[in-house]
Amino acid sequence: MKHTLAVLVQNKAGVLARVAGLFSRRGFNIESISVGPSELPGVARMTLVAQADHDELEQLTKQLHKLIDVLKISDVTNDPVVDRELALIKVNADASSRAEILQVVDIFRGKVVDVSERSVIVEITGDTDKVEAMIQLLRPYGIRELVRTGKVTMVRGTRTVQASG
Amino acid sequence: MRMKGAQAVVAALEREGVEVVFGYPGGAILGVYDYLYDSKVRHILVRHEQAAAHMADGYARATGKPGVCIATSGPGATNLVTGLATAHMDSIPIIAITGQVARAAIGRDAFQEADITGITLPITKHNYLVKDPADLPRIIREAFHIATTGRPGPVLIDLPRDVAMAEIDFEYPVEVDLPGYKPTYHGHPRQIMEAARAIAEAKRPVLYVGGGVIASGAAREVRELAERCNIPTTTTLMGLGAFPGRHPLFLGMPGMHGTVAANFALNECDLLIAVGVRFDDRVTGDVRTFSPKSIKIHIDIDPAEIGKNVKVHIPIVGDARLVLRALLDQVEPALHSEWLAQIQAWKEEYPLGYVEKEGALMPQFVVEKIYEVTGGNAIVTTDVGQHQMWAAQYYLFDQPRQFISSGGLGTMGFGFPAALGAQVGRPDAVVFCISGDGGFQMNMQELATAVENHLPVKVCVLNNFFLGMVRQWQQLFYRQRYSASRMVNPDFARLAEAFGATGMVVRKAEDVVPALKRAMEVEGPVVIDFQVAPEENVWPFIPAGQSVAQMMGLEELKKAKEKRAARAGREAVTLAETAPGREGRA
Ligand SMILES: Cc1ncc(C[n+]2csc(CCOP(=O)(O)OP(=O)(O)O)c2C)c(N)n1
Repeated sequence: MKHTLAVLVQNKAGVLARVAGLFSRRGFNIESISVGPSELPGVARMTLVAQADHDELEQLTKQLHKLIDVLKISDVTNDPVVDRELALIKVNADASSRAEILQVVDIFRGKVVDVSERSVIVEITGDTDKVEAMIQLLRPYGIRELVRTGKVTMVRGTRTVQASG
Repeated sequence: MRMKGAQAVVAALEREGVEVVFGYPGGAILGVYDYLYDSKVRHILVRHEQAAAHMADGYARATGKPGVCIATSGPGATNLVTGLATAHMDSIPIIAITGQVARAAIGRDAFQEADITGITLPITKHNYLVKDPADLPRIIREAFHIATTGRPGPVLIDLPRDVAMAEIDFEYPVEVDLPGYKPTYHGHPRQIMEAARAIAEAKRPVLYVGGGVIASGAAREVRELAERCNIPTTTTLMGLGAFPGRHPLFLGMPGMHGTVAANFALNECDLLIAVGVRFDDRVTGDVRTFSPKSIKIHIDIDPAEIGKNVKVHIPIVGDARLVLRALLDQVEPALHSEWLAQIQAWKEEYPLGYVEKEGALMPQFVVEKIYEVTGGNAIVTTDVGQHQMWAAQYYLFDQPRQFISSGGLGTMGFGFPAALGAQVGRPDAVVFCISGDGGFQMNMQELATAVENHLPVKVCVLNNFFLGMVRQWQQLFYRQRYSASRMVNPDFARLAEAFGATGMVVRKAEDVVPALKRAMEVEGPVVIDFQVAPEENVWPFIPAGQSVAQMMGLEELKKAKEKRAARAGREAVTLAETAPGREGRA
């Protein structure tokens, strides 16, 4: 099963290498990882998506906790959350297909952020399913380049993932 | 106080109460060496950095204090790697300080640059690259704190040479502020209650005790629990000495080369009280069939160990000593006479033993004699292989920190430098290194260190002219094709003499005790080359990944027992014939 973890870490050099290294050394699969500063100074927040069964997840969480720079791990898989991912998709678009593509992008409330003679760059934001669906629909036109941020997640309501929880 | 980074390192070591460091200089670390020159911290110059790490490790295992090793950048640092991995696997607190190229040169493949923090990421508890000289005091304080608390382990500090040259304000912190590091020491009261209930209900309990008990200083508590409730106790290789080897409740070591009694007991018990152990594959064999009938209590300071290999029913995260103390407040005495009778029957049916080979010196006999001559009081270190198992089987350890061996990583070359480190930390102790001809050759250059520093370690090489354990596996599983396991060895005795140590060769059983006695009398380091039966095997033996049912060597144990009984019978007769009472009648 896929699990989403919100992980707060000390924003220090090498912390990403420690987390990634742990995953590879212990044989866990990371599906995506995104990282950036959090609301707290000196603290970065990661959103990790990993494929793991119950026991593996427990082991993974405990091993992550052992990293000195890891402050807090929350499994938000079953929480009501807002999760978002952003993708930039460079897709073939000539005069004949451009209108069609724009229509598809419109339906998904995506944006065309760059246009050239033979291609456009589409920006799409949404949960993973939406981004996947967008990509599937654009595939027939020929995707030249694709970049995704990986998922970021936040629990709904006033509850927060806090460093000292 | 204003001082150079390098001076701050030495000042910090002094503040931490470090009395000795093991190391080897080189360009990038010379700044630190310059301040060591005037310091009261003793420096032991090794002959290979790997040995510096093992010495720091042996020092830590023998004393319970953190060991410190120092190396230069690049090759100096990479030479520490095996030692760090060894300490990491066995949870030993060591601090490694490595030189690094100047900050501006990092990443440019500068002369003697190696990314040692990257390399040691998975084999240290934590590591640091000091980028800001001002952080140095804090980092050193944190390193000692992290290495010695919770589940101990090695910490590496990588020190760029320009950081060592920079001027800083030296104020040594007392407290550490590590919000992401909060080990749990006290067990959960409800879990402890559960454990007490399980102990009260058990009919066939077993205590399974490991290195964690030694780290936490819980040997007394283990013994109290075992004695109060009459619980047979087995200690892992790492736990040897945590329970007295001569105690009637002692089962011996479990696992691959464990005793029959220990393995049968694990297999049949209805309650397994696991303390400071990690259910290593060398103990469990096939985890699916390991101790199938037992409820399992697992006490460990590292939550990640719980449920990692084996499913447990009553996990208790905490310090072994504190948890056992709390548990002892709640457990009532018990007898378990039937279970103890069963254990006794196993012990009597399958005691450890070996069949003497005509005209050959038996390695097990040598270990037995080392035990006798040292009165069971020596600190014994080993390398890895057959001799290690024989040392574990035939030397009975009564005290924690008496047996020092690379359990987790199984590092050949560990034994001799670890013995030197132990001797430095415990100058009054008798320190023996039981080694193999293979293992000793991996770090024998340290004879120079031993001689230079007057470290009177006694090295007993059980020389079978084979990589014995490899040969045993090849004999049993590779149709006796001894590929690359036969060895032409140097003359170890003359080698020792060349270094300025004392060397001896022993080929006959009757020469063993005199040689050992002489070795004890010699003031300096000694190497005894015991030329033993070349193709002797370690029994019993549960092949890797298998179960108690696949235990090999029971026939051998039986034969050994019969021969011993016959010999004892003969001796009884001769004794009776010469006894004064009989003389009178004749
Ligand atoms: C550094 C290292 N290399 C290889 C091994 C694999 N290994 C395990 S036991 C062994 C043989 C050891 O031979 P020796 O030191 O002569 O001891 P014996 O088994 O004969 O007592 C080897 C090669 C190891 N444990 N460590």
